[in-house]
Amino acid sequence: MNFPEAINDAMKIAMSIDKKVICYGLGVDDPKRIFGTTKRLKERFGPERVFDVPTSENALVGIGTGLALGGYKPVFVSQRFDFILLAIDQIVNAAAKWFYMFGSKNNIPFVIRLIVGRGWGQGPTHSQSYHAWFANVPGLKVVMPSSPKNAKGLLLSSIFDKNPVIFVENRWLYNINEKVPTGDFRVPIGKASVIQEGKDITIISNSFMTVEAKRALKFLNDKKISCELIDLHTVRPVDWETIYRSVNKTGRLIAIDSSSHNLSIASEIITRVIDKCWTKLKNKPVKMGLPDHIQPTSFALTKNFYPDYISIIKEISSLLNISLEWKKLQEKQETPHDIPGTWFKGPF
Amino acid sequence: MKNVIDYYKKIYYVMKRIRLVEEEISKNYKHQKMRCPTHLSIGQELVGGLISLFLKKNDFAISTHRAHAHYLGKGGDLKALISELYGKITGCSKGRGGSMHLIDKKVSFMGSTAIVGSNIPIGVGLALSIKFDKSNKISCIFLGDGSIEEGVFFESVNFTAVKPTPTLFICENNNYSVYTPIHLRQPSDRKIYEMVESLGVKSFLADSRDINDTIIKFKKAVKFVRENKQPVFFEITTYRWKEHCGPNEDDHLKYRSEKELSEWKKADPLKEIEKVLLKNHLLTNIQIKKITHKIKDEIAKAFDYAEKSEFPKFNSVNIDEYAN
Ligand SMILES: Cc1ncc(C[n+]2csc(CCOP(=O)(O)OP(=O)(O)O)c2C)c(N)n1
Ligand SMILES: [Mg+2]
Repeated sequence: MNFPEAINDAMKIAMSIDKKVICYGLGVDDPKRIFGTTKRLKERFGPERVFDVPTSENALVGIGTGLALGGYKPVFVSQRFDFILLAIDQIVNAAAKWFYMFGSKNNIPFVIRLIVGRGWGQGPTHSQSYHAWFANVPGLKVVMPSSPKNAKGLLLSSIFDKNPVIFVENRWLYNINEKVPTGDFRVPIGKASVIQEGKDITIISNSFMTVEAKRALKFLNDKKISCELIDLHTVRPVDWETIYRSVNKTGRLIAIDSSSHNLSIASEIITRVIDKCWTKLKNKPVKMGLPDHIQPTSFALTKNFYPDYISIIKEISSLLNISLEWKKLQEKQETPHDIPGTWFKGPF
Repeated sequence: MKNVIDYYKKIYYVMKRIRLVEEEISKNYKHQKMRCPTHLSIGQELVGGLISLFLKKNDFAISTHRAHAHYLGKGGDLKALISELYGKITGCSKGRGGSMHLIDKKVSFMGSTAIVGSNIPIGVGLALSIKFDKSNKISCIFLGDGSIEEGVFFESVNFTAVKPTPTLFICENNNYSVYTPIHLRQPSDRKIYEMVESLGVKSFLADSRDINDTIIKFKKAVKFVRENKQPVFFEITTYRWKEHCGPNEDDHLKYRSEKELSEWKKADPLKEIEKVLLKNHLLTNIQIKKITHKIKDEIAKAFDYAEKSEFPKFNSVNIDEYAN
């Protein structure tokens, strides 16, 4: 099952379990069905529960909050993270605050699905992922799946969570295939996943960066470097215990975020690790992420914009002070840097 | 069909109660026990009275920073309101929200928000939930003349124009957004209700100084929303007597003319209703005294309750960030 199929599967399951689950957003019932993620939902659950909308992000998020107050469990979809910036007021000042601000008397079960673009000229305004902004907002949960399997489990947990959830899907995850459990399969929010245990170094990543980290592991395992890879799954709340336990064991940390490294989730992880694991640290922690500047469009300007498995190997090589010949890997790269695979022909 | 005057007695009581509550808040604010920004509704009580006549208990309502009159008109608990201003655990939002964040679920008063315009789409969402439920409730959104300048207002009106929901927008046009008069914010020859009508939502205009006409139109508006399950925009011209925010007057700032204020005060809808009731022998001066006494007694008890209530305790382990 690929990523959109896993999302679609989760939606179908949620909507059959609970009649109060609603799916709406620009294009949810158009011919393309949000990259297939909302395929056949309208046919199966009717036009009342699955509906297209005006291009009005701020109102649409407010309407979701109102639906939640009225007893529904809305799932709002935005085809790009960038578009939801028009709805920051409703997310931050209303949805996130409602439960606390009104004396815990009403809660807002509400999922906002955001797709993050990347490469092939997505450029300054179609490739941003401000999950770190939202992770800075008490009252929100921010979920970042990294594979079809955890996407399904996390989406089901998000829909049945009692709080507003920002659900961040990286477009480059969409063509990944893996076996996904059938039925109502849930992955808990707020719990990180230890993808591989190891003793030399801890790598903490999220979203598509976990795919790159997994690729790096294949290479590093062959070289007998024992890495522990932790995929965060959620960046608010963060599973700090799992992180501290791991760094206390390995003494080394690489924290990778899938957006600008500046003031990122990785920054916060390093800050807290220094505080909590100081005496166990063998090296200074390493932070990785996108550069702290506006993403350009041109093929020529986007080279090396994103960390990849090679840059992870490079960091490990300098951290452990061993030669891993990462330059050779670079020479072997075949797929152009701005697409996830040759299947991607644009535009989005 | 009832005569309009039959509504006067009830609306009088509700409006009088709102006036006296607001005056008591205003009087006591200087003691620094109520420590949050507050926007009083003195002069604008008519809308609170109207909703008490025509909204049902389970109709949704959602309001703004200036919410006291709406909360009380909808039947919100007075003790919980005063306690909220005092920041006490017995406040309607447990002291976390203050004057601008009121809730009373028992009467479907779903909340009030302090970001201008932000309650509007939420009210439309509530109306959409009513539509999905196929119930015959309506969702009532209070807003000011300033909030219609926010983008989300247009987004919300457009949404419900294309996807009809039982939404009643009640726009209290008091001519000001803080100190800025409406002619500096909106073209003078463009009327709010006409603009909304042209966006595709049936609209009414009422003047709070013409009480009969306002009551008749408001009744019609509610009926239309409930029966047709379609939105209505109801604009009512009104006037705030006190300062924009706070318990005092702000006329020394000279942002509005003395004449304007005194003319509106002369046309006070509450006084007008009282006059009509007296003239028609539906109320006597003795009864007015009794009513006033009864309400003042209730208010005194509410203040006493708030004074005696406990402050909330801060719990750093469980701050109630999330619902479980
Ligand atoms: C988005 C936003 N901008 C500005 C403010 C500051 N503010 C608080 S009340 C208010 C006036 C709004 O005017 P109106 O909607 O007419 O309501 P009124 O105060 O007259 O009842 C303003 C500008 C705010 N709270 N939110
Ligand atoms: Mg105003």
